[in-house]
Amino acid sequence: MGALSLDARVLVHRDGFALDVALAAESSEVVAMLGPNGAGKTTALHAIAGLVPTEGGHVRVSGQTWDGDGTHLPASTRHTGMVAADHLLFPHLTALENAAFGPRSRGVRRSAARARAMAELAGLGIDSLADRRPRELSHGQAQRVALARALATDPDVLLLDEPLSALDPASRPETRAILGHRLRDFPGVTVLVTHDPLDALTLADRLVFIDGGRVVQEGTPAEVVVRPRDRYVAQVVGLNLYAGTTSDASTVTTAAGPVVTTGHEHRGPSWVAFSPAAVALYRSRPDGSPRNTWPLTVSSVEIAGQTARVRCTGAIDLTAEITAASVASLRLHSGEPVWASVKASEVSAYPA
Amino acid sequence: MRGSRPIRRCRPTLAYAAVAAAVLVASACGARGGSGGGGESGVADVDPGAGGASGSTVTVLAAASLTEPLTALARGYEADHPGVQVRLSFGSSTTLARQVAEGAPADIVALAGSTALAKLPPDAAQDGGRATIARNAMEIATPADNPGRITALEDLSRPGLDVVLCAATVPCGAAADAVLSRAGVTPNVVSREVDVKATLAKVRLGEADAAVVYHSDVVSAGDAVHGVAIPAARNTTLDYPMLWLNRAEHTVGFAELVGSREGVTALTAAGFLAP
Amino acid sequence: MSASRRAAARTTRIGLFVPAGLAVALVALPLAALLLRADWGGLLGHLADPAVLPAIRLSLATTFTTVVVAVLVGTPLAWLLARSHSRRASWLRALITVPLVLPPVVGGVALLMAYGRRGVVGAPLLDLFGVRLPFTPVAVVLAELFVAMPFYIIAVEGAMRGVDPRLDQVAATLGASPWRCFTRVALPIAAPGMAAGAALAWARALGEFGATITFAGNFAGRTQTAPLAVYVALERDPDAAISLSLAMLVVSVVILGALRGRWVR
Repeated sequence: MGALSLDARVLVHRDGFALDVALAAESSEVVAMLGPNGAGKTTALHAIAGLVPTEGGHVRVSGQTWDGDGTHLPASTRHTGMVAADHLLFPHLTALENAAFGPRSRGVRRSAARARAMAELAGLGIDSLADRRPRELSHGQAQRVALARALATDPDVLLLDEPLSALDPASRPETRAILGHRLRDFPGVTVLVTHDPLDALTLADRLVFIDGGRVVQEGTPAEVVVRPRDRYVAQVVGLNLYAGTTSDASTVTTAAGPVVTTGHEHRGPSWVAFSPAAVALYRSRPDGSPRNTWPLTVSSVEIAGQTARVRCTGAIDLTAEITAASVASLRLHSGEPVWASVKASEVSAYPA
Repeated sequence: MRGSRPIRRCRPTLAYAAVAAAVLVASACGARGGSGGGGESGVADVDPGAGGASGSTVTVLAAASLTEPLTALARGYEADHPGVQVRLSFGSSTTLARQVAEGAPADIVALAGSTALAKLPPDAAQDGGRATIARNAMEIATPADNPGRITALEDLSRPGLDVVLCAATVPCGAAADAVLSRAGVTPNVVSREVDVKATLAKVRLGEADAAVVYHSDVVSAGDAVHGVAIPAARNTTLDYPMLWLNRAEHTVGFAELVGSREGVTALTAAGFLAP
Repeated sequence: MSASRRAAARTTRIGLFVPAGLAVALVALPLAALLLRADWGGLLGHLADPAVLPAIRLSLATTFTTVVVAVLVGTPLAWLLARSHSRRASWLRALITVPLVLPPVVGGVALLMAYGRRGVVGAPLLDLFGVRLPFTPVAVVLAELFVAMPFYIIAVEGAMRGVDPRLDQVAATLGASPWRCFTRVALPIAAPGMAAGAALAWARALGEFGATITFAGNFAGRTQTAPLAVYVALERDPDAAISLSLAMLVVSVVILGALRGRWVR
């Protein structure tokens, strides 16, 4: 198969909601779309599949226009494969017949279609379930059949809409691993919509964050984790993030007041981020070097094993990660006054 | 479950209300009421609950062809005797006779022809009485415009004409068969209706070119139907026996009214022959 | 469950048996009476009457035709109604339901007004093509369709609503044309509902009387269906009517029983 590429700009207006998302990907790439509910991710997927028209946008795959410039190819002629959170297997067909449905619909002879389907099922480790009906499968098994069904048509673009979200947490890691393994061998473009940062960070080559119908940030997992540019993104990657403007070479003024860094090159609008682990909490105002110090009130404490995440509000809203032992010795609980400080060396500032 | 669809509610209340109203209007205009057969509503409206065979209610079961004259006589009787209700129920004689034989409560039974009479137990009238109240002759009925151009009995065997008769099990059907076979006429019969009113209805609607029914039916249909007489020599007459099943005051009273000069006048005005 | 809760549940169930038993009795008693009052000795003689076999044959032929037509034209309509959410669809659905509530005789009158010799459609048919519809087996089928097809459409629409429209979307992305989506996805899933609807429509058509006798008339061998034959026989010889009724009962039970085993859940 030659080099594949996806070039899409999805423009959809519906009920006062405007979606304007541009996506581009090369063969074998996995692009993950993340965003809060209602951000428009599923609509974007449906537009690429041809189930929803893109008004004024375009969808081009390897130079061929699927949508735009007056063309709108119906969904059945596009080479896409779709997997949704609900497996949506045809209840009256066996797993094998489900997987063979695509090739059969495209005119492939029965025996060839079934052989192809069997190969896909085997690739996902479920060939033994070929004669079972969907109601006899566990959800994880059904999702794998749905994936086999989508892949059996050799699609150019594989569209996965939160494929793991309906699985119970116990079976999710295993299915995620199988999915990742299979995607690595898939020569086409994969667009993966997910809520789960772990899905995105482990399966995707690039992340695209969508909020309110617009792309708010995109980049590789490595980039995004270090430099989030959106509150949602920061929440996903687990950093404290604030918007502000540089006031001099080492200070950024945010809504919460000045934040000191060890010096930054840029001027103008700026993001300021620091990890929760960089936050130190005190009962009384600390002496010493930290220049970023705020009096706050504890709003919640979550303990997970030896670590605790303490959310604080006040002059600034931040999350601190400290040891569970510290929580005990500081007697921290909701409503308690506390001082938080962050070393300037732990603060990263970058242009907005 | 994530992504469940909202349940679509169909709320065409306005649509259903409008349709229901239209249906009610249609039923009122189109249904054939409780009298005369043609279906389930035909002969089942004898109400046993309203006093039955005594008190100030007189229950009368009568052949469909007696509808107009008996209804007029009943209203007259009610006007003359305030507080008395004459409940009338019309239908095919054989069905009525069978119902009475099965025990349907009735004070007076007026049938068309003696064959139906045979279905009643022989001692049915022993507590009351019996009399012949009228006779009826057969006649050809055509739609008002007589599209088949029928002028005599022989015309009925002309090919291409659609003729309806009463079912052979009904007195008017048996009589029509007798008249036609005696005259050697074989019409193209398209339907044998379950009672005389249904037969006439087909003619009135123009669905049939001719029917052989009672003269009284032709008279009662007025301008909607055109009558072609059958000469007496080739005609048969049907007797209408009336039985009253008890000697209650108003049972006898109404029966006497029907048999009186006033009754005969009403019957002959409706096209019957005097008994 | 604790013993007292189990006992309470049992009491509720037994309490429900009384009204449920009444419901069963209301239906079963007349049928049982039919069996008890039958003149079993004369049964064969009655059934050998020349009017009986033609009536049963006509009933089976017309009801079978009715069901076939109902499936062919009713299924697409049911599909469109199931997939449409507009006001127009609601009105259409209400219209389709009218024959269900209309007294059958009124339906017969309406059919005459439409297809009779002087009817809106019937008059041109007669003038232009010499075709007369009333008093023919076609009229019987038309009458049966009028009363029975709404049953089929309503049942099938319900079955098709149960087909997840997202399955259509998935099938489309897999390359299935709209026709293939309909025949390979929607129809198989809705099939049990369609069979149930067809059985219901067939049963209704078999029992149809008022519209048939008003529109198609009553003529042995041509338009005298089994119910009409029973009614006419009732006038002449009640025992014959009972025998014929039993024959109809057996036919109905056999066919519905066969259907129930295979498709109707």
